[in-house]
Amino acid sequence: MIAAFPNAMPVEGFIGGLLIGLAAAIMLLGLGRVAGVSGMAARATGIADSGAPRNVAIAFVVGLPLGALLIAQTVGAVNVNFPASIWPLIIGGLLVGYGTRLGSGCTSGHGVCGLSRLSPRSMVATGMFMASGFVTVGILRAGGWL
Amino acid sequence: MTRALIALLSGLLFGAGLAYSGMSDPARVQAFLDLFGQWDPTLAFVMGGAMLPMAVAWVIRSRLSSPLAAPTFDLPGTTKLDRPLAFGAILFGMGWGIAGLCPGPALADLAIAPGDVAPFVVAMFVGMAAQRFTAFTSQKPKQAGPK
Repeated sequence: MIAAFPNAMPVEGFIGGLLIGLAAAIMLLGLGRVAGVSGMAARATGIADSGAPRNVAIAFVVGLPLGALLIAQTVGAVNVNFPASIWPLIIGGLLVGYGTRLGSGCTSGHGVCGLSRLSPRSMVATGMFMASGFVTVGILRAGGWL
Repeated sequence: MTRALIALLSGLLFGAGLAYSGMSDPARVQAFLDLFGQWDPTLAFVMGGAMLPMAVAWVIRSRLSSPLAAPTFDLPGTTKLDRPLAFGAILFGMGWGIAGLCPGPALADLAIAPGDVAPFVVAMFVGMAAQRFTAFTSQKPKQAGPK
């Protein structure tokens, strides 16, 4: 715990991050692909018709909830807090779906895989979606919606 | 079969990492983006942790002629900094801030709070399909037009 940030989980965050990085490393060195969730999800559902082989995409996407379930069963209940209203989820979901496809990636593909590869495209994308997220939440706070 | 199992293992570890790190909690992710509220830096530690195995993996990759369980590397090769990249990232960041969710945590949460995350996941796939549709319609006139 960091005194100034009572809610922070630096140790769990770092260990969880190592697991995420290991997962992406297995995808890269085992199958020669970037573990980008938005791309894999679009491929698994048939929304994208190029990318990873279909069975690879489906297996990866199915693994995500199974991994979360594994933590819930072994480590303990996973604490999640959702917005009270359904609207932020619907509007947010539409923007995330449209934006990640248009921008060719999300936090995993551009953030984890692209930044560690020092890809200029991913550095620009990550800088922009981070900045956009900070500004958006700043506006929500200023408007009294948070 | 082997490839699907490797992909399943990768997804499993990814989902476990998201849940263990607290990144499957929309409120925690939104709190990272909330610089003027009760700021929560956890996401920065997650990104830092994820960089280490991947930095090593990219070095190993540069010494491999092919991946261990597939015939060839199939990695993003585009280097152009174009408008779709920028607009897409900005729209994604807006949605990420509004809901506190990005695609990985949203899918992982299907096992933790399926009823809560379902509207986001459905909307996300609608958004993805809409992008594909608009990409089609905006490309068609160009291809068909006399040039």
